[in-house]
Amino acid sequence: MPTYRPGPVSLILAALVALFLLLPLLAVIPVSLTPSRMLAMPSGELSLRHYRALIEDPRWINSILLSIRIGVVSSAFSTVLALCFSLGVWMFQPRFTAALVGFVLLPMVVPPVVSAITLYFLLTSISGVSSFFGYDTWLGVAMAHSVMTVPFATVLILVSLSQLDRRIDLAARGLGATVWERATRIIMPNIKFGIITAALLSFVLSWEEIGVTLFITSVNAITLPRLMWMGLRDNIDPAIAALSVILIIVTVLVLAVRSLVDRLRGAH
Amino acid sequence: MKAYLSDRMGAALLMAPLLLFLVLAYAWPFLGVVNWSFTLPEPGLGQYGALATDPLVQSVFIRTLRIAAIVTLVSVTAAYAITVVWVRGTPVQRVVAEFCILVPFWISVLTRAFGWVALLSNRGLINTWLQATGFISEPLTLVRNEFGVIVGMTHFLIPFAVFPLASSMRSLDDRVLLAARGLGSSRMRTFWSVFVPMTRSGIIGSALIAFVFSLGFFVTPAILGGGRSVMIAELIYLRIFQSPDWGLGAAISVVLVLFVGALMALLFRYVRPKQMI
Repeated sequence: MPTYRPGPVSLILAALVALFLLLPLLAVIPVSLTPSRMLAMPSGELSLRHYRALIEDPRWINSILLSIRIGVVSSAFSTVLALCFSLGVWMFQPRFTAALVGFVLLPMVVPPVVSAITLYFLLTSISGVSSFFGYDTWLGVAMAHSVMTVPFATVLILVSLSQLDRRIDLAARGLGATVWERATRIIMPNIKFGIITAALLSFVLSWEEIGVTLFITSVNAITLPRLMWMGLRDNIDPAIAALSVILIIVTVLVLAVRSLVDRLRGAH
Repeated sequence: MKAYLSDRMGAALLMAPLLLFLVLAYAWPFLGVVNWSFTLPEPGLGQYGALATDPLVQSVFIRTLRIAAIVTLVSVTAAYAITVVWVRGTPVQRVVAEFCILVPFWISVLTRAFGWVALLSNRGLINTWLQATGFISEPLTLVRNEFGVIVGMTHFLIPFAVFPLASSMRSLDDRVLLAARGLGSSRMRTFWSVFVPMTRSGIIGSALIAFVFSLGFFVTPAILGGGRSVMIAELIYLRIFQSPDWGLGAAISVVLVLFVGALMALLFRYVRPKQMI
């Protein structure tokens, strides 16, 4: 069957949009190589000093480690909660499911700034009670990130459950499997790809979270985006350009590998 | 009966942890924020009255609506252009378009805003190049104003605007387009009178997503606006952290939630979300 392909005008317009989308990502590359201490285009000489600063300056290392720790904890927490919730929805189909799922998805649809002020209220309230688990603590940030990432994890797991054949669960049930056995030995192995994706997405969302983090940290829990923010607001530090280049390269590599894997799978 | 009861128990045990977590860590503190808006600094509706009369707050609301409208229009149009190629192009065109959509989508909002600073600032790529070629003698002010905010937000929103458009273009029947062409309609006419009307639900969906997102935008306007082009979200931040007026910040948040809620209700009336469960 012939297909309807875009004409030359569409292609030119799309190329312009593509250029617009890639331009700012390409622009950070020359800036990251400037020998100057301020944001500027390199004139003549190139330098790797800003890349070295990322390794040598303990602030960057510390906030990278902190972001990884917060990302792992919040991703594990929100994936487990989302998995249990989704299993409950799928296995028992209780009444009011739509309303309950809608409630769980709220942090995803409410404007982030409103979630931010809400979590600021929560963590400052906790700070009055506990000093290691509230405003400006890493555990507090991990909890706030869990609130923000759990709707995404839930959506992903529910979507992969919706593609699962109910009859295999009915068969297990008919053969006398308990709820625990059905969940862990029948359902979960079949949606493991969805669970892994949910955990990875939660980690990535926490790793780059800034809108909420700005409201709930000040001097102690400086995550990587928070440190970048500080460098962007005051005197723009070209080390951010070096870091951005590294993050862009990692993203491009991950996407390239993923699309390669998809293509190889499709070929089989 | 026993099986029924254990089903109820199972569902409750599995679903309770997340629901409990979100009630305690999200719903309860949100009510606390609502409470702030009615009690700080003194009990009453004073903060909502201030919202209606304070010229600063009003100018921020109007600016936010104006920027959101412009950004929605530009980003949906741009997204439409690239989605056409992503969905209907040749295999090679599709891979290239997908790369250009997904790479910015996965890169953090901070990196992207920083990229625009590197391009648009006084010593950035564009001004350096224009000065080197002698087009201008003084750098153009492209950032730390509304122009910079609009550019940065449009860039952020295009990938999000692409997805609803893509799903409506995928479900479109090719034969209708081929029939129009076969009956002698030009490419332009086929596009405007057949293709675009048939993707109406995608256009509405992506426009509402872009508009709702841009109302609550914080990071991009704060970096590219440089404090001069303050939008609602940044005003909330300033009222909490710089000139502490928590009641006003809370009242603005409540109004924002109500407004976005109304828009979402509109979205679900026009575009049925895919049945997930």
